[in-house]
Amino acid sequence: MTAANQGWRARLLSDAPASRGQARLGQWYRGWLTFSGNWLAMLGLLIILALLVIALLAPWIAGQSPIAQDLAARLQPPSAEHWFGTDAFGRDIFARVVYGARITLMIVVLVAVTAAPLGLLVGTVAGYLGGWVDAVLMRITDIFLAFPRLILALAFVAALGPGIENAVLAIALTAWPPYARIARAETLTLRGSDFIAAIRLQGASPSRIIRAHIMPLCLSSVIVRVTLDMAGIILVAAGLGFLGLGAQPPLPEWGADVSAGRKFLLDQWWIATIPGLAIFIVSLGFNLLGDGLRDTLDPKNGGGG
Amino acid sequence: MSILGPVGLGGRRVELFRRRLCGVAKLLGTLLLTFLGLLLVTFLIGRVVPVDPVLAAVGDRASAEVYEQAKRELGLDRPLYEQFAVYVWDVLRGDLGKSVLTARPVAEDIGRFFPATLELATLATIIGVLLGVPAGVVAAVNRGRWPDQVIRVVGLVGYSMPIFWLGLMGLLLFYGTLGWVAGPGRVDIFYEGMVPSITGMLLIDSALAGDWAVWRSAFSHIILPAGTLGYFSLAYISRMTRSFMLEQLGQEYVTTARVKGLSEWRVVWRHALGNIMVPLITVIALSYAQLLEGSVLTETVFAWPGLGRYITSSLLSADMNAVLGGTLVVGAVFIGLNLLSDLLYRVLDPRAR
Repeated sequence: MTAANQGWRARLLSDAPASRGQARLGQWYRGWLTFSGNWLAMLGLLIILALLVIALLAPWIAGQSPIAQDLAARLQPPSAEHWFGTDAFGRDIFARVVYGARITLMIVVLVAVTAAPLGLLVGTVAGYLGGWVDAVLMRITDIFLAFPRLILALAFVAALGPGIENAVLAIALTAWPPYARIARAETLTLRGSDFIAAIRLQGASPSRIIRAHIMPLCLSSVIVRVTLDMAGIILVAAGLGFLGLGAQPPLPEWGADVSAGRKFLLDQWWIATIPGLAIFIVSLGFNLLGDGLRDTLDPKNGGGG
Repeated sequence: MSILGPVGLGGRRVELFRRRLCGVAKLLGTLLLTFLGLLLVTFLIGRVVPVDPVLAAVGDRASAEVYEQAKRELGLDRPLYEQFAVYVWDVLRGDLGKSVLTARPVAEDIGRFFPATLELATLATIIGVLLGVPAGVVAAVNRGRWPDQVIRVVGLVGYSMPIFWLGLMGLLLFYGTLGWVAGPGRVDIFYEGMVPSITGMLLIDSALAGDWAVWRSAFSHIILPAGTLGYFSLAYISRMTRSFMLEQLGQEYVTTARVKGLSEWRVVWRHALGNIMVPLITVIALSYAQLLEGSVLTETVFAWPGLGRYITSSLLSADMNAVLGGTLVVGAVFIGLNLLSDLLYRVLDPRAR
């Protein structure tokens, strides 16, 4: 290690930071040290980074179109030309898996940006206003929590009609209640604090207090929870796809591709196996990452690693 | 209760009893509200479906008068809240409407399909408990060492695997390649309907009838889907057991027991495990409820004639009465199991009183 490098480390780990920025960076760095010492968590991070890269560079990595049919070359086993073989329409499975990363990522991101703000809004409003508003909103939250998630999403999709947008909407509608719970709990501890009282005395309206002062403080715990939920979101989305209710053909969605390979399972195993493996690896990546994040942020919860 | 001593026992007991009664009443109130909410959700989903139920009943060639009359008969001309009241009343009487696909009342269909799901989920839970609890205990005792790591990874893999894919891989390996188990379906076709249906659960029915050939065939069919579901319940149960055990093993009574000279085996498996039985039972009830959800996909993969497959096959043919009826029943069972686990906790754990 060079001297400059050591100086940089020492600055970050210093017990007496000279500025607020240095203290915050140091805290981040210490968190990173804990996190990177956990090889399972690092594996998760690696998987998710790989997913991002693959989704971003899909056309260059795949090399072929995921939807171009070649009926002369259908049901071919993995080979040098088709790394993962071809499906019933002669489409290259490798290309479909690579492009499928985009769809999976899109679903996860869309669900996260829909469900998290909704949960945040419901939770902070319920927690800050209290009284009957709180009672009603939390009752509604409990009702949504009482449903098994996949079944509720199924019923929503049944009503809205199959398709990727409706699947996203249905999953988001089932995903927000835990975020509302968390945001409410945080709000309840913030509500009584002095700085909120000071802002109120300055004449700020409840909506301003919630929007500008409470929501930003609840954000970080909601984000952690969303990361932990990503794997679940992927599995529900893949389940909907498998049942034919998610992304519609010819979109290269992994769950739907597994379903398409079912017919050929015993003779052409690769058609169903490989997209399923992709779902598994990505969801494992999110689970490992989420576990590692939780261990880093909350040492009480230490998973024994 | 002996800690309270003899003085003022009667009064305290009454007070305790009153408080518990209040707790239970509150719980039941919550349950009722939640169930009403569940009904409201299925009702509203039923209203936003793009299929016009009147048109579905009379066909698109009916005249305007026939259409209006059918609309009145179906009660669809009334305001929404009245329709909802009628819906609640119907559900309470056990009337879930008629299935378009099977042309039978939905409630009757569900009665026929539910035992198969129950059988599957029960066997899966048994597998999950028998493997998951010991795994969790072993992981906790060896915290941070390799058995703990292995069990943690096994659990994480279980959490991450798409259940339908795991089922397919099971079929590929154990049915297609090794030939150890039977394929999709509930029993070999020539055994179909051989034993009288008493409970609707084939393993029990065939055992009652003493027909072991049917029993073996049924077992060979159920073990793979039950094992698939059981893996998920194992993942959840072992993780919870581990964290409960860690909490117990750090407590003073464990040290006392060790100092007393009890064998490590006895300390762990009798004292510590005995103390986590109550939370463990609630966890098992919750995992049972989650299996209902997993069963939708598993039943589709294994062509298992249960409630989950009933819902999905009705979905694909836009049979909304069947879908919503099935959703309602699964939701109600889910709520019921959650309540049961809560009640068990209150009754069994002296600290929760």
